[in-house]
Amino acid sequence: MSTVAQGNVIAVMGDFKDPNKVTAAAKGIHEAGFTKFDIYTPYPVHGLEKAMGMPKTSLPKFALAGALFGLASAFALQWWTGAFEYKLNIGGKPLFAPQFGTPVFFELTVLCTGLTVFFTMFGYLCRLPNWHSKYQYDSGFQAATDDNFCVVLEADDPRFTTETAQALLAKFGAADVRIVHETLEHD
Amino acid sequence: MAMEAKEQVATATAGHTNGAALNGYHDSPSAKPVREPLVLGNKTIHQITEDICGVAEQKATPKFWAALLASMLVAGAGIGALTYTIAVGIGVWGLNNTIGWGWDITNFVFWVGIGHAGTLISAVLFLFRQKWRTAINRSAEAMTIFAVINAAVFVLTHTGRPWLDYWLLPYPNQMKMWVNFRSPLEWDVFAVSTYFTISLLFWFTGLVPDLASLRNRAKSKIAKAGYTIFSLGWTGSTRSWHHYEFAYMIFAGLSTPLVLSVHSIVSFDFAVSILPGWHTTIFPPYFVAGAIFSGFAMVLTLMLVAREILDLHDYITLKHIDNMNKIILATGMIVGYAYAMEFFIAWYSGNPYERFVFINRATGDYAWSYWMMMSCNVFSPQFFWNAKLRRNVWFTFGLSIVVNIGMWFERFTIISTSLHHGYLPSSWHYYTPTWVEITIFVGTFGLFMTFFLLFAKYLPIIALGEIKSIMPGAQPSHHHHDDHGEHGDYYQSGHYVDGADAVKKA
Repeated sequence: MSTVAQGNVIAVMGDFKDPNKVTAAAKGIHEAGFTKFDIYTPYPVHGLEKAMGMPKTSLPKFALAGALFGLASAFALQWWTGAFEYKLNIGGKPLFAPQFGTPVFFELTVLCTGLTVFFTMFGYLCRLPNWHSKYQYDSGFQAATDDNFCVVLEADDPRFTTETAQALLAKFGAADVRIVHETLEHD
Repeated sequence: MAMEAKEQVATATAGHTNGAALNGYHDSPSAKPVREPLVLGNKTIHQITEDICGVAEQKATPKFWAALLASMLVAGAGIGALTYTIAVGIGVWGLNNTIGWGWDITNFVFWVGIGHAGTLISAVLFLFRQKWRTAINRSAEAMTIFAVINAAVFVLTHTGRPWLDYWLLPYPNQMKMWVNFRSPLEWDVFAVSTYFTISLLFWFTGLVPDLASLRNRAKSKIAKAGYTIFSLGWTGSTRSWHHYEFAYMIFAGLSTPLVLSVHSIVSFDFAVSILPGWHTTIFPPYFVAGAIFSGFAMVLTLMLVAREILDLHDYITLKHIDNMNKIILATGMIVGYAYAMEFFIAWYSGNPYERFVFINRATGDYAWSYWMMMSCNVFSPQFFWNAKLRRNVWFTFGLSIVVNIGMWFERFTIISTSLHHGYLPSSWHYYTPTWVEITIFVGTFGLFMTFFLLFAKYLPIIALGEIKSIMPGAQPSHHHHDDHGEHGDYYQSGHYVDGADAVKKA
């Protein structure tokens, strides 16, 4: 990579190819007390988030809220329009009944859950879209969308020093352990 | 700059010793695979990226442009006929007072049904941990979206004044009127629009990590910009994957009942009426089975072509074709059972109108359509009891087209036979489509192929992240015990075979 100007140290990175080794490394880094670290992988590696000590995702709560909102709005919409605002006798059928309301109950519940999950997951939990990453010029980091497991120990972790980070990654057998600087200018 | 980076990545990959371990089943001849491998050719993870991204990265061939142009011409003819319909009115179709639903609703149900296989593959097979789905789910989902667009073409124009289609939605208006939620046609508005939205979100969610792979490899500025925007800046962070995987599971959980609901509600359009031949309780499951049946046939038609043209033989293997043919056989039998049960109930109910409709269906004016349906849908799939025929690519291709023809005739038979001889013999009539309806229908195939070709060229046609995650050795070996799916693949992994558990299994 031909970076034109470099700034402060922002991270120490190391590469893995073996899912077992990277899981062991994740566990070790977590146990060493690091909190600001991440592992970039081409596909979800089973159990890696547990090894990293991540809490359970809060997504189900949002999904439930979305589902309840959808169901409630389907109920309100059908009742209010049919039995309150615009009472129209059609073949003597009731103005509102849960039997004929069921298809729309179901569809709006699914629709609202899906939209909530989509926007919460990407927008809130994953903080996307975000079209710039400070690591994006690192080739090992880029290869994380190909076949590389890239472990990144971030410099703003309270326990971070380049030496401890490098030693930790080396201990678990990371390849190409490297200090990454901020890229100020890039061609 | 990008070139340099790629070289570096390439050397880095070559330098890593366990590139071999990932496909290490040749290193351990003692461990016989329990099942056929899902991906052939002992590929490393990097090779998969190369293969699949390569499809999108190579220059479009003259063959591709020719196919795209032909599809666009056919689509253009359809759009022309559609414009003519909208300008003049649906009087240009062959419909008459007796038969108010003809090719329009036949085609609507046909296209919506096609979409169902995509959702079934992406959602239902995901929940059942059917890992073979990873090679075909992306394109099947894409097919769903394009099929629903085509279905929308018919349902939106058959209203006669499509510029007023927004009247179908409940919105406050100066007429102080609201939609009628007691009508199954209104349920359909909600079902199809929800289906389209959720399918699109599910598909896009699956695409994001793969678009990131393409983004990191893209050389041209336009490609880089496009993939960058749509990959949303995905990095592959485990902190994101964690939420992503859960979202994916929720989408699968939502789509599974959704796919059942959509064709059930489409069948309510008929079943809630009081017309003999339509007013039956068997309709929802019968329609859903038929939808899956026709959808799988369409997936096969498309995938067999894509497999040849894009050289995906290692990814879409005979095993996939075999599995899909088994589903075609099973759903074909369900459909055949439903046909028989309809006749039985018509006789058993003692209702003379019901009985007349079914005798008329098999022997009346539209008997040609009925027997076309029977021979394509019930008789022809029986060949798939034979394992050799299930694995014969040409035979499968032919039969998948036959099934699609049969399923189109099913919808036509249901719609036209019940309508053309109703309760009043003085109103009996016959219906034949005009060139306008035929052109619109053929045009939707052009539209479908245009979308599919563009998708196959510019997007990852195989779910990269998913197929990588099911490769032998791609997951930590301690995780095998909670995997009840394709054990064989795990046992092929170099890591696993080295472990003590392998001895137990062997």
